[in-house]
Amino acid sequence: MRDSMNIQHSFIEVRCGLRPVSRIVSGDRSPLGRSLRILGEYMTLATEAPQDAMRNVLGGLCLGTTRRLEANARGTCPVDMTRALVGVAHAQSCGKCTPCRIGLGQISQMLERIIDGRAEQGAIDALENLAEQIRISSDCAVGYHAAEQVLRAVRGFRDDFEKHAASGRCVMWSSQGVPCVVSCPAHVDVPGYIALTAAGKYDDAVELIRKDNPFPSACAYVCEHPCEKTCRRTMVDDAVNIRGIKRYAVDHATAPRRVECAPATGKRVAIVGAGPSGLTCAFYLARMGHAVTVFEQREKAGGMLRYGIPNYRLPKAILDDEISSIEALGVEVRCGEAVGEGGKSMSDLRRDFDAVYLAIGAHGDKKVGIEGEDASGVVSAVQMLREVGEGSPADFDGLDVCVIGGGNVAMDAARSAVRMGAASVRVVYRRRVADMTALAEEIEGAIADGVEICDLMAPLSIATDEGGNVRALVAQPQIIGPVKAGRPAPIAADREPVELACQRIVVAIGQDILSDAFAEEGAQRDRKTFHVDETRAVPSIDGVFAGGDAMRSPATVILAIADGKEAAKHIDEYLGFHHTIAVDVEIPAARLDDRVPCGRAVMGERPGAERRGDFELVEYGLSDQEMRQEAARCLNCDHFGCGILHKEGRLAW
Amino acid sequence: MVNVTIDGVSATVAEGTTILEASRANGVDIPTLCYLKDINEIGACRLCLVEVEGVDHLVAACDNQVTDGMVVRTDTPRVHAARRTNLQLILSRHDRRCPTCFRNGTCRLQSLADTFGIHEVPFESSFDSRPVDARFPLVREHAKCVSCLRCVSVCAKVQHLSVWDLVDSGSRARVDAVAEDMCSFCGQCITHCPTGALHERDDIAKVSAALADPDKIVIAQVAPSVRTSWAEGLAIDPAQATPQRMVAAIRKLGFDYVFDTDFAADVTIMEEGSELLHRLDEEGPMFTSCCPGWVRFLKAKHPALVHKLSSTKSPQQIFGALAKSYYAELLDVDASRIFVVSYMPCVAKKEECTYPGMDAAGAGPDVDVVLTVRELIRQLKSRFVDVALLPEEEFDAPLGVATGAGHIFGVTGGVMEAALRSAYFLVTGENPDADAFREVRSAGADRGWREKSFQLPDRTLRIAVTSGLANADALCTAIERGEVDYDFVEVMACPGGCVGGGGQPIHEGEEWAAPRAGILHGIDQKSALRFSHENPSVKACYENYLEAPLSEKAEALLHSNHLKDWSMPWR
Repeated sequence: MRDSMNIQHSFIEVRCGLRPVSRIVSGDRSPLGRSLRILGEYMTLATEAPQDAMRNVLGGLCLGTTRRLEANARGTCPVDMTRALVGVAHAQSCGKCTPCRIGLGQISQMLERIIDGRAEQGAIDALENLAEQIRISSDCAVGYHAAEQVLRAVRGFRDDFEKHAASGRCVMWSSQGVPCVVSCPAHVDVPGYIALTAAGKYDDAVELIRKDNPFPSACAYVCEHPCEKTCRRTMVDDAVNIRGIKRYAVDHATAPRRVECAPATGKRVAIVGAGPSGLTCAFYLARMGHAVTVFEQREKAGGMLRYGIPNYRLPKAILDDEISSIEALGVEVRCGEAVGEGGKSMSDLRRDFDAVYLAIGAHGDKKVGIEGEDASGVVSAVQMLREVGEGSPADFDGLDVCVIGGGNVAMDAARSAVRMGAASVRVVYRRRVADMTALAEEIEGAIADGVEICDLMAPLSIATDEGGNVRALVAQPQIIGPVKAGRPAPIAADREPVELACQRIVVAIGQDILSDAFAEEGAQRDRKTFHVDETRAVPSIDGVFAGGDAMRSPATVILAIADGKEAAKHIDEYLGFHHTIAVDVEIPAARLDDRVPCGRAVMGERPGAERRGDFELVEYGLSDQEMRQEAARCLNCDHFGCGILHKEGRLAW
Repeated sequence: MVNVTIDGVSATVAEGTTILEASRANGVDIPTLCYLKDINEIGACRLCLVEVEGVDHLVAACDNQVTDGMVVRTDTPRVHAARRTNLQLILSRHDRRCPTCFRNGTCRLQSLADTFGIHEVPFESSFDSRPVDARFPLVREHAKCVSCLRCVSVCAKVQHLSVWDLVDSGSRARVDAVAEDMCSFCGQCITHCPTGALHERDDIAKVSAALADPDKIVIAQVAPSVRTSWAEGLAIDPAQATPQRMVAAIRKLGFDYVFDTDFAADVTIMEEGSELLHRLDEEGPMFTSCCPGWVRFLKAKHPALVHKLSSTKSPQQIFGALAKSYYAELLDVDASRIFVVSYMPCVAKKEECTYPGMDAAGAGPDVDVVLTVRELIRQLKSRFVDVALLPEEEFDAPLGVATGAGHIFGVTGGVMEAALRSAYFLVTGENPDADAFREVRSAGADRGWREKSFQLPDRTLRIAVTSGLANADALCTAIERGEVDYDFVEVMACPGGCVGGGGQPIHEGEEWAAPRAGILHGIDQKSALRFSHENPSVKACYENYLEAPLSEKAEALLHSNHLKDWSMPWR
């Protein structure tokens, strides 16, 4: 029991957050009366949370809501979500100003009527108009930001609003699916392989993955794991370390099981490019019984998995095994055979094969466009990493290196440069570290490798010595400025340019798609990327399909894989078949003990000092103990919630 | 000075001027609802929105200052649409049964809707449907509140009470009482409310019933400041709205006698002046006690100073006590037949007449019903009294006879000035110049109250005068801390005194205390008698009934015991 002084003290503290002190301490004048009143109020308050705890609880609620929204699954109705978000905004309104206090309430009511199909003609325009009035009328962001959200929703999802207003129904197919499976471009059965891994059935886990993705190992090492972004576990504490579990499964599985191919169809398919997209397409077409020939311009298959991603992230031995498992299906990979410029023409392939899949990737350079770019010592990241992939890296011994760019390729280039013996490596980037498109763990890894990040530095020119060799990168300091197209844009700082002394400059500002030769033969393009319809077919040429980086501009491995899988399905249909890809595994039943909040186990790395000197693998896998804990964190969304509606067809497509 | 362009016209205004004031000073009006100059400049209603060149959103004109080179546009389609939407949003949460509203015709929201030409509200209407508690002198109709926060600001800033606040958030955000026990019933929240959300309890029906009762002798007493404002809003030339015509108008309502509270004010001076001279040797100061809002405030916020209040009752209660004792004897009737109605510029007076001890004459409450000036005007309108056609009439005698000293009770400094005139006489036996103490009227000190010293033959009298409870609060604190020392302090709760009272007619966005004060000072100036102690009716009352100031009888009828009778919270 507190003594009375403490009670009084805490009471006043508690109330000060709500009301001026004067109001608390005035009132009862007699000390006894005041003490009694304070005690009485304290007793009432004691049953509630004190102010600090209240703030913590509310903070926790908000954080929980933030995580919940972060993990918002695909398939939620944008109109209903807007209504709910307006409710949150309205609850944040202090109530001072008309547009926020009353306007947001009216917006909610209008949305209710629209959602239910009870709204009058023109209700969406009225909604938009009111939101605009609130936007320009509001005194503070609580009001105008809410209105901006409504405007963004009503303009971005006009169809959904129209459909609701007209019929009281949602455009969205009311099935949200299993969040991680829906978010994985290849729709790999994540809860399935997690359960199998937890059960020790690593081979089955790998086979289940291979039903949708023939690169379980590559993805276990380098996937950007979009599945984790919408992991429902995020609502409870944090996303499950899905890639970590997958890595455990592939590391502990025996060699991939040999899968039976369907009877030969007699159809022949040519695939251009033996990267993840081309090989995925080849893998599934082969399983369907088609004869597949893959044309690869380089010495070895793998595409960017081999010539872009350095060995320290994805060991070549693992990649080689994975490619062998695909070739084992009878896929013929013809390395050193270019198609397009300097090789076979697309028309040749079209003539000799029943269908063609273009998966040429994005292997060209992009120029910064600054003075001195053609100086000796300037190299593109694509070229540099290719040489690394080929096993003949350039000699950076004792050199100072600047890498221009802020994406994953810039990090790969910088970290490779360290391993190539550079004396110093600096990543020079126009925006802030926070704006880099590279994964956070790649940036952190680079820093741990000894790379210096020079953010807010825009390359101005390249200074050379008398011999035309790089002497320094001249950069203009920047400040981060107004948001343009959703991202804060850098603007020149009020400071003098600086010279970053270096002998090598690696340009990693993007990759080019070398598709001109195909375009000359009639392949339709959007700029440099192949234009395709919803069946991945290039509309202008019958029987030609396209996918991967060449179709969507440089993106991720898993997207390239998903394109290959999708293309295989459509090519199969184009050829007149409807083959099924199935797997024979038994997925363990869902557990019931998954709700206890628990931290996310992460993968460790070799110490920076040790790993800098070689190209060996950096990341450790999860331990058995960690894998079990992570697997137990999976909420089994394949069984609980709407997942149970989607069991049908789970083991085949 | 800064240069601005408002609707294409260049203007130079002082730095720190708001866009609103700069515009109005240059002939460009901007509509406002929540705005009260210096008191409520918060940009809440969003009707004063304007375009400022280079700013994407619209800007509230009332709480943002002009800057050099600013280009303001008040008359664009965007501005009109946003203002209109905001007004419609406000209307969607306002009970729009205007014909039966107390503020029908004086409502700011009503006139804005009319000016904007709004004849439909395209939003779903819903109102705060909590029941209205009409028991107290101050009534709040939740469904009419527009959350302009004027009452909150006036109560907190002008009166230092913070009875009102914005409670809850989001759609449930609303103004409500958060410290109602502290309320002084000054009524400033009512006179500053733009709508009918706040008003006095309407007691007209009680008066009508008494007037209809043949057994009742119904007496009206009219407070000093009522004569300055009784015809505001009535169809009469202000020059014709004389006190005498007011007497005729009130008599027309059916009263048996129309008397003057100012007579009682003269009696107050006799009692309070005598009390002051007795208390001069005690630790000062003595506080005036005529203002019930101030008395409630002091009891609530500075209870340690309550003993400094003069025990003399307010003129209203002195009148009631004498009407039901002295005057009952004169009429030779049972005092219980007498029904006293007060016309007051005040809401707190409605509560004052119910306090313990306010039944000294022994015939029920000394004052039966208190009506505000607004209720008087409503009475006259509803009885179709065409005041312009009425001939002037005099107050009834003897309780209708008053001096200039009694008349100025209705304005800040008036009680002090009247008391000093008679105190001088009581000490010296001769009258001072009637205007000798007019200095208490002029602004003196810069800290919220006026302080003066006047030389009496044997001593210096140090006095202080203030109005508005925030000023009173500062003065009380200074006294409590021993920073100041006075003999006599006059406080009136409402800014400017009763002429700015919470029961006065409401003129949206305007303060009428000063012109009304001018009228009272003019009446004093023209009065034949300007010393309370020279009032023949007062003299007669003492000679024939009370004997002398502070006599046993006077103490019993005309004095209170502030420490015993009641204390705050009291309602």
